[in-house]
Amino acid sequence: MRITCPICGDRDRREFYVKGAALARPEASATLEDWHEHVNLRDNRAGETKELWYHEMGCSAWIEVCRNTVSHEIVSTRLAATADLGAKR
Amino acid sequence: MADLIALTPCDGLLPVTIGSINLTEDVPEAMTLIAPYAGQEEAVSERLEAAHGMAFPAANRSTGKAGARAIWFGQGAALLQGSAATQELADIAALTDQSDAWAVVRLEGKSAAEVLARLAPVDLRSQVFKRGHTARCEVSHMMGSITRVGPEAFQIMVFRSMARTLVHDLKTAMAAVDARG
Repeated sequence: MRITCPICGDRDRREFYVKGAALARPEASATLEDWHEHVNLRDNRAGETKELWYHEMGCSAWIEVCRNTVSHEIVSTRLAATADLGAKR
Repeated sequence: MADLIALTPCDGLLPVTIGSINLTEDVPEAMTLIAPYAGQEEAVSERLEAAHGMAFPAANRSTGKAGARAIWFGQGAALLQGSAATQELADIAALTDQSDAWAVVRLEGKSAAEVLARLAPVDLRSQVFKRGHTARCEVSHMMGSITRVGPEAFQIMVFRSMARTLVHDLKTAMAAVDARG
């Protein structure tokens, strides 16, 4: 599997570490129920899914990878910093 | 006060020659990581140019030449090799002295790229990876930095604590490439 790092280009999967689903962080006012869902509840989709990967052996960037869990195709990648996952303060 | 003896990272391990490939150690006078503060990239490049004669390198590139080189070293950072970084950068960039933190070796020979092909999952052939190009990438399971410093020469860096492993793996790959003739 090859992942396109937005900075380094096309790289082998073994240079990366996968964290898991790329989720938007709940707002500061979020309820316990919101946090329970954010931390514990996941859809297990067959198809395109967004994950956070870390280019550990490369440029040290966090990357949002859109990946197809059926075909293993890497659909798109972008820097996590530009993926708007942080909550408003 | 104990009388301490300074040893280089690859002390006692290098140089090594196998067939027509040479592996030698480089010991830059100083190495400083330069990470420009947000929005200061251009100002850092200008002051680096004025003080050290080279611009701040773009991603996957290096600037300067042997003896004084700035190597792109990951997201938003470059490593200056040679003389210590000017303190004029201190208010617009984070400066970290890493002089003793890295093992720096030079692999030179006609089949140097073939040797590295066994250790790094990156295309280092000369038509793709030209002089001045650099990559932060895996080097035999270690996080490393590879820079082409000549038509048949690469500079390879890993953490100093892994110097012995780097030399061992490079020697193994050099012997394997040499055996194929």
